[in-house]
Amino acid sequence: MMRLPWFEYRAPKTLAEAARILAGEGPDAMLIAGGTDLLPNMKRRQMAPKVLVSLSSISELKRNGSVYGAGLTLTQIVNSDAPRALRQAAHQVATVHLRNMGTLGGNLCLDTRCNYYNQNYEWRKAIDFCLKKDGEVCWVATASKRCVAASSTDCAPALIALAARVKLVSSESEREILLEDFYNNDGIDYLKRRPDEILTQISVPPVAGSCYWKLRRRGAFDFPVLGVAAAMTGEGVRIALGAVASRPFLVEKANAFLKGKRLTDEVIDEAAKLVASRAKPMDNADLDLYWRKDVAAEFARYALRELRGDDMRETRLRIARQPL
Amino acid sequence: MKVLGKPRRRVDGRAKVTGQTRFADDIVLPRMLHMRLLRSPHPHALIENINDEKAKAYPGVHLVLTGKDFPVTFGILPVSQDEYPLAPEHVRYVGDPVAAVVAKDEQTATEALDLISIKYRSLKTISSPEEALANPEPRIHAYSELGNIHRLQAFEFGDVEDAFKRSDLVFEDLFFYEGNTHLPIEQHAAVAAVDGEGKLTLWSSTQVPHYVHRALARVLQLSPAGIRVIATPNGGGFGGKTDICNHEMVVAKAAMLLGRPVKVCLNREEVFYLHRGRHPVLMKFRTGVTKDGRLAGMHLQTLVDGGGYGGYGAASTFYTGALQTTTYELPRYKFEAARVFTNKPPCGPKRGHGTPQPRFGQEIQLDRIAEQLGMDPAELRLKNILKPNSLTANWLKVGSIGLAECIRQVVERSDWNNRFRKMPAGRGLGLACGAYLCGAGLPIYWNKMPQSGVQLLVDRSGQVTAFCGATEIGQGSDDVLAAIVAEVLGIDPFDVRCVTGDTGMTPVDLGSYSSRVTVMMGNAAIDAANKIRLQIAEAAAEQLEVSPERLSFANGKVFFESKEMTFAQAAGLAEEKFGTLGAVGSYKPPRAPGRYKGAGVGPSPAYSYTACVVEAEVDPATGWVTVPKIWIAHDIGRTINPVLARGQVEGSVYMGLSEALMEEQVFRRLPPKLSGALVHKIPSLLEYKSLTSLDMPEVDTVLVEDPDPNCPFGAKEAGQGPLLPVMPAVANAIYDAVGVRIDELPITPDKVLRALEKKSKGEPARVGPEHFPAVPYPEPLVVPPPWEGGDGNAVPGAQRLKAKAA
Amino acid sequence: MRRNVQIELTVNGEAAEASFAPYKTMLEVLREDLALTGTKHGCELGECGACAVLIDGEPKLSCLVLAVECAGKSVDTVEGLASGAELHPLQAAFADLGAAQCGYCTPGILMTAKALLEKEPQPSRERIKEAISGNLCRCTGYQQIFEAIEEAARRMSDESAR
Repeated sequence: MMRLPWFEYRAPKTLAEAARILAGEGPDAMLIAGGTDLLPNMKRRQMAPKVLVSLSSISELKRNGSVYGAGLTLTQIVNSDAPRALRQAAHQVATVHLRNMGTLGGNLCLDTRCNYYNQNYEWRKAIDFCLKKDGEVCWVATASKRCVAASSTDCAPALIALAARVKLVSSESEREILLEDFYNNDGIDYLKRRPDEILTQISVPPVAGSCYWKLRRRGAFDFPVLGVAAAMTGEGVRIALGAVASRPFLVEKANAFLKGKRLTDEVIDEAAKLVASRAKPMDNADLDLYWRKDVAAEFARYALRELRGDDMRETRLRIARQPL
Repeated sequence: MKVLGKPRRRVDGRAKVTGQTRFADDIVLPRMLHMRLLRSPHPHALIENINDEKAKAYPGVHLVLTGKDFPVTFGILPVSQDEYPLAPEHVRYVGDPVAAVVAKDEQTATEALDLISIKYRSLKTISSPEEALANPEPRIHAYSELGNIHRLQAFEFGDVEDAFKRSDLVFEDLFFYEGNTHLPIEQHAAVAAVDGEGKLTLWSSTQVPHYVHRALARVLQLSPAGIRVIATPNGGGFGGKTDICNHEMVVAKAAMLLGRPVKVCLNREEVFYLHRGRHPVLMKFRTGVTKDGRLAGMHLQTLVDGGGYGGYGAASTFYTGALQTTTYELPRYKFEAARVFTNKPPCGPKRGHGTPQPRFGQEIQLDRIAEQLGMDPAELRLKNILKPNSLTANWLKVGSIGLAECIRQVVERSDWNNRFRKMPAGRGLGLACGAYLCGAGLPIYWNKMPQSGVQLLVDRSGQVTAFCGATEIGQGSDDVLAAIVAEVLGIDPFDVRCVTGDTGMTPVDLGSYSSRVTVMMGNAAIDAANKIRLQIAEAAAEQLEVSPERLSFANGKVFFESKEMTFAQAAGLAEEKFGTLGAVGSYKPPRAPGRYKGAGVGPSPAYSYTACVVEAEVDPATGWVTVPKIWIAHDIGRTINPVLARGQVEGSVYMGLSEALMEEQVFRRLPPKLSGALVHKIPSLLEYKSLTSLDMPEVDTVLVEDPDPNCPFGAKEAGQGPLLPVMPAVANAIYDAVGVRIDELPITPDKVLRALEKKSKGEPARVGPEHFPAVPYPEPLVVPPPWEGGDGNAVPGAQRLKAKAA
Repeated sequence: MRRNVQIELTVNGEAAEASFAPYKTMLEVLREDLALTGTKHGCELGECGACAVLIDGEPKLSCLVLAVECAGKSVDTVEGLASGAELHPLQAAFADLGAAQCGYCTPGILMTAKALLEKEPQPSRERIKEAISGNLCRCTGYQQIFEAIEEAARRMSDESAR
């Protein structure tokens, strides 16, 4: 049986206490919420924190209403009145069980993923490890100085399209930033979260409509190999992409192009091409790399057509295998 | 029939739904220690030095074992005893076990593994059959037939070139079937313990306790009488637990040395390394047909990627050609095969053992033939179906064949005639058929003993205990045993207690593989039950004052007209008359007519038949394939328990569809300038893709009953055959939907999209292998088919030309 | 220091105590410290669903739940599903209708289905498919599992109508 390494377990009751522990322990400590991302990584020895600081007893992280506590489970998000893109994204994460465990904050902080990295210790030893952990070379792009592990969160592109803001709290300060500014395009240093900060809540401004389209092999379990989110906001259409870089990001070019335009078939087609041109998947996840790039425009079309109000139920059933 | 054919809870059903079924890893014994294996991180290397001192000194560690502790090799086939429990000097794939640590708990054992330092000297790696053909050196095994070619086989049953000359059309097609693995949800586990008499007991999630028993005696150099192997119920097998495993040998040795129970449970990554799954096979089919749609001859060449060890591979390789003749009339047949060694986990038997690969090619090629001849694919198949009770070109004796009815069923139920080639663009139907063994005719090691034995114990209370070496792997073998005994003795199957899969307690049965259990164990059970029934009838007849042969056994009673008594009363009388009641029954398959060397693979007491129609929808923009429904009809001979039979068929459909669309055991070689690594790409349940409940279509299942006289009450197999037609039916449905041919598995959306792009450019709308390498196949063994004279023997060299001329 | 931790919790409706190494997940504690081996494991990484149990009534993967986090919680496993000798309708339907072949994924699916039927006593086929989509089964092809859950729902509603 795969087992966790030894660690010390702390379960603060308040945010302040958690922040204090985190500040005190330094980089040897890691936060654990749902555990669905961290624990498999620990079992594979991708990380071995000395101290685990559990967030599950902190009620401040479970707010549900105008802002979403980072500690809400994905199931709670699916059942909330959150905008559709976020509910669709949360609903397509992993499986029923994992959504009952994993949290919104955890999904936003999800470790970047790569077929050379999400492997047991023994496997990684057989390739002499990789740039992201214990090794020298990025085996996906051997000339790369940067780790190209893929951002694999579903909720982040949805929330970026929705212009969401996240609050980060440490023992010394707190700040609120746009989610799109929360990420670096670096597979190792992928979050702008400081090690002593805790992601506490997510606020989402109202939108006229939104949706999320996820490409994956199966109807459950799988991480996205492409995520397209679109939202109709006061400033116009916002499209964000997930799983095609080390961070989720806004597709500025497409959003600028769409500014003030009606979503005609021609406009959608042009915008979809702009979206696809920004999708740069790497050969480190499921499904054929070139095919994933080939279908990016089609997925952008799905998103924009659904945003326009087209009846996409049949397509959604085929792609997502469920109706939400 | 009072029991057979009626839907019923399986006899072991209650245990399975209450969590009481005890799988190997559920066994906990006092003072039990835990073992973990250290595996090679190198794909091909020589071990220069092992230092295990630190691991031995680590607190909580009880024992460290390495290759020097195991001087004797093992292997499932007598011809390939090429594995060591722990590799002493030569490692052949990433994952090859090299050392073992036994400690107080699994965590400690795992920590200690990292303290063993091994110095390796890397060797050049072979990653594919092409590389194996091009690089005879370095040899992965010294005993291979030619360089890194493990086995070469060639047979010619009648002159196929001559048949092609007389054909109106000759089709030549290449196909590739990627390797894939069994993926039982239960990871392999074993517990070994020494009992009060100093004897060894091994509990293991194995499908073949008898073979494990033999291998343990050989490897540990112990008397078989001192070893007892108990096959725990398997949490899924599918062929993945039919080989002898390193960890079984090592854990047994550890328990013997320590005098304490030791458990090992592989993690998921290790299960991928143990593998023994579907061989990747490249195939070239040449098939001649006449204008009216008759097959004239077939020449099949296969190139089989074996991985790092022999395992079942020699048999698997035979099976890539042996059953091509069992479905349609094929007057002449030539088959050439080669299996190569590569530096990857060893391949072996997975559901369908060696036959799904050529079946995929054959059934797609038939679809092409039908189109070219302007025939309906169902019509073409119906026209060519083999006649029941006939001999094939390669001298297999085939019994009942319910295939025509199977085809009619799926054609009617899918509304084939109104929908095939008539559906809107992007939607289509595909048909394919298959045939499979009901048990291999010959045992794995040559002997003339029974292949299955059943022992019955009956007493005055009316309770019946059935002992048999057969192994419950989920397929329902205990239920088959109870049902057959109950049918003969006229009692309730729930009144039969099954003791199975225990080499110390049960008569030998060779194991749960090759779909042999229902037929072989079933026949042995009938044999034993009939003997008991005769005794009981004789005793009861005296009391009831009728002649014994007039007595019926049913519903727990022994009776003639109004004269009756309970089964227990009758058993008591028999016990009084004959003493303690017991009987043994056994079964040995009929001798196969083929006499040539190589004729041992393919014969079976009977063959099951299946037809399948798949509906597919293809999105032209993405190549995404959706399968909304599958119709399947399986000739099962006779149904023992329809609930379980349907489950076997639907489980086969599931696995076939999963193989067709996504499953693949594939490897990755890192850039050679920077690394010598050659690793499994995705050894995880997340990244080795298998269908979830949301990906599984509706399945319409029909059981066709064409009883076979060699089978118990006519019952044939259902666990493997129904998988065979699914993959080609998917490919054929995609062709009907969008007019592209995907000639390799799995059929992923990128391949479909690539083929659609080719089609739109006016290029051949096909994705599949383009080239078949030159393989040094030997001169074929020439065996005239039955209708061209001969007696099933090969023609000696001198007469070869003459035979050809004739 | 490598010391055990100790917790109190409710397992299958009964108060229980356990002392174990803090790295253990609920799966390990159930199987190794509470002798409840009915809960299975297929990957221990959240990739198969075999280890699903109910924690405070919600189906979760015991392989990714720290046992120490279950202090004070209620954990339900397959061992607690039957009432005495009487099988839960889901268990009976699974046994009767072939939903358990090898039986290895069965405990996880039974517990997941139990949570479903408690929330939705008459789920549609689509809802059932979705509810168990986090439980891999290699034997059945799922169809007999769907049917067994539907049959259990029918039997349960017949029973409550009586």
